[in-house]
Amino acid sequence: MHGDEACAEGAIAAGCRFFAGYPITPSTEIAERFAQRMPELGGVFIQMEDELASIAAVLGASAAGARAMTATSGPGLSLMLENLGLGVMLELPCVIVDIQRGAPSTGLPTMVGQADVMQARWGSHGNYSIIAYAPWSPQEAFDLTVLCFNMADRFRTPVVLLGDEVIGHMMERVVIPPAEQLPRWERKRPTTPPPTAGPYRAFEPDPDDLVPPLPHAGEGYRVHFTGLTHDERGYPDMSGEAHHVLVTRLNEKIDRHVEEITRLEDYGLEDARIVVVSFGCTARSARRAVREARARGIPVGLLRLVSLWPFPEAVLRELAQRVDTFIVAEMNLGQVRLEVERCSGRPAVGVHHAGGEMIHPEQILQAILRSAGR
Amino acid sequence: MKAFARTPLNLEKMKTPQGQVYLIPERCKGCGLCIEFCPREVLRESAAINAKGYHFPEIAPGKETSCVHCQFCTMICPEFAIYTEEATG
Amino acid sequence: MTQAIVVDSHPLDQILRADRMPHIFCPGCGIGIAMRCYAQALLESGIPQQRHVVVSGIGCTGRVAGYIAIDSYHTTHGRAIPFATGLKLANPNLMVTVFSGDGDLAAIGGNHLIHAARRNVDIKVICVNNFNYGMTGGQCAPTTPLGAIATTAPYGNPEQPFNLPYLLVAAGAGYVSRWTTLHVRQLKQDILRCFARPGFTFIEVLSACPVGFGKSNSIADGLEELQLYRERCVIADGVPLEEMGIDLRENRPIYIGNFIDRDLPVYHPVSLTT
Repeated sequence: MHGDEACAEGAIAAGCRFFAGYPITPSTEIAERFAQRMPELGGVFIQMEDELASIAAVLGASAAGARAMTATSGPGLSLMLENLGLGVMLELPCVIVDIQRGAPSTGLPTMVGQADVMQARWGSHGNYSIIAYAPWSPQEAFDLTVLCFNMADRFRTPVVLLGDEVIGHMMERVVIPPAEQLPRWERKRPTTPPPTAGPYRAFEPDPDDLVPPLPHAGEGYRVHFTGLTHDERGYPDMSGEAHHVLVTRLNEKIDRHVEEITRLEDYGLEDARIVVVSFGCTARSARRAVREARARGIPVGLLRLVSLWPFPEAVLRELAQRVDTFIVAEMNLGQVRLEVERCSGRPAVGVHHAGGEMIHPEQILQAILRSAGR
Repeated sequence: MKAFARTPLNLEKMKTPQGQVYLIPERCKGCGLCIEFCPREVLRESAAINAKGYHFPEIAPGKETSCVHCQFCTMICPEFAIYTEEATG
Repeated sequence: MTQAIVVDSHPLDQILRADRMPHIFCPGCGIGIAMRCYAQALLESGIPQQRHVVVSGIGCTGRVAGYIAIDSYHTTHGRAIPFATGLKLANPNLMVTVFSGDGDLAAIGGNHLIHAARRNVDIKVICVNNFNYGMTGGQCAPTTPLGAIATTAPYGNPEQPFNLPYLLVAAGAGYVSRWTTLHVRQLKQDILRCFARPGFTFIEVLSACPVGFGKSNSIADGLEELQLYRERCVIADGVPLEEMGIDLRENRPIYIGNFIDRDLPVYHPVSLTT
C-alpha cells in the first residue's frame, strides 16, 4: 500500500466518515481512496469545487459531529489557511493532510518537498498553536493519521499531517490492526442537558486542560459559533480583554500539553556528541548516514521529529547541554533549523535541498564527518 | 353560478377584529416603517424619545380603535419593537 | 385600545437571542425584516427548533446567525455555503439555512454559490441583496448597478451587476425566488415552502441599505426605498429572466416572485449501504 492510501485507511480506521477534498498532486490518491471506501461504509465523500470549499465543508461536518478530513498539497494548503484559522477559533476538530511537493507556487507537482513546515505553523493570520505530525513511511502515514484524529478530538483543534510526495507515493508493507485495537479518544462532550435559557457555554474551558466540551449541531444546545472573538457563551465580544483571554487560551490549550503531543524517535542519542535532526523522508537518509558514521566510531545520533508542532523545545534544550553540534537535514532551506537554533541557542549545520530530489545519505555523512573533524 | 376563486365573505357574520398595539420603545430606531405602512394609519411619531434618542411611535389621536390587528407593523418592524394582538373584550 | 402598551419582550423573542437585542443593523435597514420573516418561518415550520441550523458568512447579513436562538454558525467570508454543505451531509436530519448577503454569497462566495446550485445540495439559501457591501461602509458589490455611486466607485460603478435569479437558474438551481423586505407575508411563506421542498433553494431579498447604498444613490432612507418597492414591484409573470436586472435609480419594474420551481435530483453522497 502506498502512503496516500495508508493515510486514507488510517483515517477510516480512526472512524473518519467524512472527506471533502479537491484533486491535487501528490495527494489525489487519498481522495480517490475515500471515493472508493466511503460509499462502502455509509460515509460521505464529496469532491468540492476548490480547497476553500473542502476545508469549509470539513469544518461544517465536524460541527455536526463527524470525524472529518481533507487532503491537499502546498498550493491547496495555502487556500485552506483562512479556514484553518476558523477551525482554531471555533475549536472544531478536523484533520488536514498536506502531502508536500516541490514549492513554492506550482513548483514540482509530482516531486518531493518539505517546505510547508512553517506554513503549517504560521500560515493563517494571528497567533495560534497547531499540532502537526510528519510520517516517514506508509505505516506511519496510517498510524499518525489515527493519532491526528485522536489529538484533534482531544484538544478540539485542527491537526495537520505533514507528509511528503515520497512517502505518499512509495509502496511499503502496512499493518492495519483491527479497528477496535486502535486507541480512540472521544471528543469531550457536554455532560449537562441544554440550558433552558440562553445558549450552552460552548467555549467555557475545562480549567485543567483548557478544552471546552463540544456540543454538536442538532442537539438542542442552541450554540453560537463565530469566527469573531467571542466570550464563553460564543457571543461576539469585541473587547481587547476578551480577545486576550480567548487567544491566550487557544494557544495554551496546545502549548501546555507539548509533552503529551510530542512524538520523537531517537537512534544513538545516549553517547552522541553530534545530533542529526530530521523528519519525514529525509530522516531515512539521515538514519543511513548516522549508522555509517557510528560504524566509523563517530559519536553521532539521530533525533527524528515525528511531531513537528508544537516544537519539542525541552528535548532540544536538554540535548544542547551535552551535544556539541546539531545538524539539521531537511528538504527546504532551513525551516526546522531555525527552530533547532532557537532552542539550542547556537547555530546548527544545515544539510538542505530546496526540493525535487532526496537528500542523499552521503551528503549528510559528509556533514557529520566535517563536524567530527574527520 | 359563476365559480368564484374563493367563496365570498358573508359581511353580516364577519366582525372586523380589534387590535391592541404593544411597544418595546428601547428597541425602536425611528425608521418610520410601521407608521408609513400601517393601512389604518393608526401610528404616528411620538414626541418622546428612547435612550438612544429615537422617536418611537404612538397611537395617533382619534385612531384608538382603528387597529384591526392586521399585523403589518409587527412584520415590517426590523427591530422587533412593536406587535399587535387581538384586543380582548 | 387607548394607548400602546409598553412591554419589554416580543413574541419572537423565544426564537431570538433577545439578550443581544437591539441588534446592530442601522435604522431603516431591511435585514431585520428579512430576519424576522425567517424567525417567524422557523416557528411555523413544523420542524423542531433543535433540527434547524443557520449558517452565515461575513457582512451585515452575516450577523443574522448571531441573533437567532438555534444552532448558529458565523463562518468566514464567502464560505457559509460549503460549511453548510458539510453540516448537512454529515447530518442530513438537520434543516440547514444559509443566511447571508449579496457580497458574501455572490462575490467572494460566488464559486460556492453556483456549485451548490448545480449540485442541488439540500440547503436553503436566503440572500439579502442591498446592492453593496454594507458592513465595510458601502463599497461596490457584484449587484451594484452600473453607474451607481459607492465608496470604491466615486465616479460611478464601471461594472455590470449580476442578475442573481438569472445566474442561479443558469447554474442549475431548482428553486429561485426574489422578494423584498416590503413583501413580508410572501417572503415568510416562501421560506416555509423552501423548508418543505427538498434540494437547493435560493431566495433573493431586496433590502434597503440607507447608509451604504441609499444615501449616495439618492434614496434618502429605508422608508423611501420601501416606497420604491411598493410602487415598482411586479409579480413576474412570464417575464424572461434576463430582464430581471435591477437599478433602483431607474423607474423600471422590479420583478419579484418565484421564477423557477423544477424538481431535480437532490444531491446525495454515493452510498452502497442504504
